[in-house]
Amino acid sequence: MSDTATRIDKLLRANDVVLFMKGSALFPQCGFSSRAVSILDHLSVAFEAVDVLQDPEIRQGIKEHSDWPTVPQLYVKGEFVGGSDIMLEMFEAGELQKLLEDKEVARAL
Amino acid sequence: MPMQAEEIEALILAAIPDASVEIRDLRGDGDHYAARVVAESFRGLPLVKQHKLVYEALDGRIGGALHALQLSTAAPTGNE
Repeated sequence: MSDTATRIDKLLRANDVVLFMKGSALFPQCGFSSRAVSILDHLSVAFEAVDVLQDPEIRQGIKEHSDWPTVPQLYVKGEFVGGSDIMLEMFEAGELQKLLEDKEVARAL
Repeated sequence: MPMQAEEIEALILAAIPDASVEIRDLRGDGDHYAARVVAESFRGLPLVKQHKLVYEALDGRIGGALHALQLSTAAPTGNE
């Protein structure tokens, strides 16, 4: 496993919910990332935000890991859920809430 | 480098011939599009897989020639 793959693996093991995004959760640098953060905030989910703009290796590595060409990318308990369009669609259908509940993901305080 | 909406549609149709494709240029700049792709061949596939099929149709252009594509996919419901 490459160093980058190992780092991604560690991130996914250490955090129930990981959002790979452009910018920080407070200051997203792209409309799609901003939308992804809004959805997670709305669901009061605690998540680890990984800013790929600060880390070109992760930026490339995560695309290979998920076989998905764009950022943001949401992972729950190590599993790739989707990009922001899928997050929005699942959220609107109540499916994202259900997934988080089924996976027993902790909520933010 | 911007892409034309027709070009995006043609690439999707070439890979997913049964698709009905609707493209909107969100900002009129040829760089930020929304696409709605409805195809019978999507039926039963998870959304992630459906989106991947569209991304594969665009063959690496997303993140390159095409900055952003807001994507929505589905199998036909009969209400289209």
